[in-house]
Amino acid sequence: MQQLNEYKFPDIDGRFGKYGGKYVPETLITPLRELEDIYLSLKNDKEFTKELLKLNKEYSGRPTPLTFADSLTNHYGKGKIYLKREDLCHTGAHKINNALGQILLAKRLGKKRIIAETGAGQHGVATATVCAKFGMKCFIYMGEVDIARQSLNVFRMKLLGAEVIPVKSGSRTLKDATNEAIRDWVTNVNDTHYIIGSVVGPHPYPMMVRDFQSVIGKETKEQILEAEQRLPDYIVACVGGGSNAIGIFHPFINSGVKLIGVEAAGFGLDTNKHCATLTLGREGIFQGMKTYLLQNEDGQVSEVHSISAGLDYPGVGPEHSFLKDEVKADYFSVTDDEAIKATQLLSRTEGIIPALESAHAIAYLDYLMPKTEKEDIVVVNVSGRGDKDLDTIKNKLGYSLE
Amino acid sequence: MKSISNYIEEKNYKGEKILSVFLTSGFPNRNNFSQLALKVLNAGADMLEIGFPFSDPLADGPIIQHSSQAALDNGINLKSTFNYLKEIRKETNKPLILMGYANPVLSHGIKRFADDAKLCGANGVIIPDVPIEEYENFFDESFEGLDTILLITPTTPNERINLIDKKSSGFVYCVSISGTTGVHHQDKSASIDFIKRTRKAVMKNKTLVGFGISSPEDARLFAPYCDGVIVGSAVIKSLINEDSNFGNTLSLVSNIKDALKEVIK
Repeated sequence: MQQLNEYKFPDIDGRFGKYGGKYVPETLITPLRELEDIYLSLKNDKEFTKELLKLNKEYSGRPTPLTFADSLTNHYGKGKIYLKREDLCHTGAHKINNALGQILLAKRLGKKRIIAETGAGQHGVATATVCAKFGMKCFIYMGEVDIARQSLNVFRMKLLGAEVIPVKSGSRTLKDATNEAIRDWVTNVNDTHYIIGSVVGPHPYPMMVRDFQSVIGKETKEQILEAEQRLPDYIVACVGGGSNAIGIFHPFINSGVKLIGVEAAGFGLDTNKHCATLTLGREGIFQGMKTYLLQNEDGQVSEVHSISAGLDYPGVGPEHSFLKDEVKADYFSVTDDEAIKATQLLSRTEGIIPALESAHAIAYLDYLMPKTEKEDIVVVNVSGRGDKDLDTIKNKLGYSLE
Repeated sequence: MKSISNYIEEKNYKGEKILSVFLTSGFPNRNNFSQLALKVLNAGADMLEIGFPFSDPLADGPIIQHSSQAALDNGINLKSTFNYLKEIRKETNKPLILMGYANPVLSHGIKRFADDAKLCGANGVIIPDVPIEEYENFFDESFEGLDTILLITPTTPNERINLIDKKSSGFVYCVSISGTTGVHHQDKSASIDFIKRTRKAVMKNKTLVGFGISSPEDARLFAPYCDGVIVGSAVIKSLINEDSNFGNTLSLVSNIKDALKEVIK
């Protein structure tokens, strides 16, 4: 029986089945190898683990609560809903879990300069934050479109001492910010560490970021066992690159819990204005990894859309591609409008304003809850708080402050 | 048709270093691209690397990003690139190499890509985002008859240069500087040291140096330490503001080739 539950991916070459790998220019191969070596040597190192644990607890505020959402549960009148409260992390989202882990690696690698990409700005803020704390120079690549829709986070990064570099190429969103960050890394690889914000890119990033984020799932497991003396029936999380989802899924893979990833359907799956990569994409090679990809018939990467900058990405972490093909997790999508509606619902029932990304996970409850029984338990990962999105939501709802 | 390595060997034997020129497929104009390619060969290029465009060229700097996007906007894809290749092959025996990122190839079908490339007269391929770690996953047996040219960079340790040399065929592409295409050398003597180190470690293949070579002066500087040079961004940059005779670009190509002829072995 033990054998059945064993889940050991990626393999030694950084592959999740056929996905993942290291599809990068030669310049990056040696730095990736160094990063992998140092990570593997530190992963089980007592001092390193202790330092990260202490930072997670005393700086970031972990463990984050698992909140029983009684009003939301009553709203649906079916299974019990719990919320994993990553919105209560320092800086307002789960992104800090990874940023703290990687800054400790950067320190040990002797790198002085940190670069990162950001979409919603949460990863940029988390990176700027840890750079401030550890005295590193910080450069954040951000698409011009995202700079406009997440201006509050841009200011936060600047206040924290980071330089925000506007990206004007391509669709001027997350994928292009990632391209620019990779180009910077290729050029400045000797003194620079690249803190990728999600479970994407070449090996070892998808594995490493997952490991740093799996603290979410580990805590959830302990907390739900304490509250309910059993594992939940469903875990729901939004998926852009997929780091919060992998983080909460990982300790539950092969445990019988139904894992549900919710992608952004934007204006709708039939409109070409969406980023439902696992739902409508096909195998591709993109930004260092083999994974599901939204692309045209010539293999050109599609321009995608989501109201949520953090989900506005045509690829997805390779482990999600693997989990989908192996049916170890299921993936669905909800539209911009459904996410906005869910933002209002959670705000008014639970007094929690979720990030637009997380609102996609909440929105899926409209589909899931009618199928549940009273005794079912559902955990939703509230990956971040919604303060950064207030302008977008305000514009969408047509509210006026006057 | 001679193999790429024999072709380089013969030229070197005559005391000439190779000039390989990179052009983006269908750029700047989709209607006369084949003529441009042939003119570049006539002006002195010994071989051509024809870049098929990709939406997310992460190893390229702003100039080739621009030509790549312009080509996509012109409707260029692998199919049109194969057509150009066929037209150019009719008129020349010089080596023709396809260069581009992995995803358009994967999307086209890896075997179908290799078959089409051979059918249209390509001698080799360069896919910069397929390093030796992914080599076996990507270049299957259908690539037999096509050279697969691999890259070596300043971050490549010596023992890895040996592995790359073994897998590479045609030549090894020595990237003279860490960075994207179109970078400028800050420290030329460090680049020369790296090229010397590479050439010493490369046993099987000829070594061509690319990235950051934009003028006859650069060519003259680096050529003594390698078997030839590759010029990309400088040519593309010149093409951006060119009229339909491509006068400036063709002079640039012939000036670089002339500089290479002056190099003592």
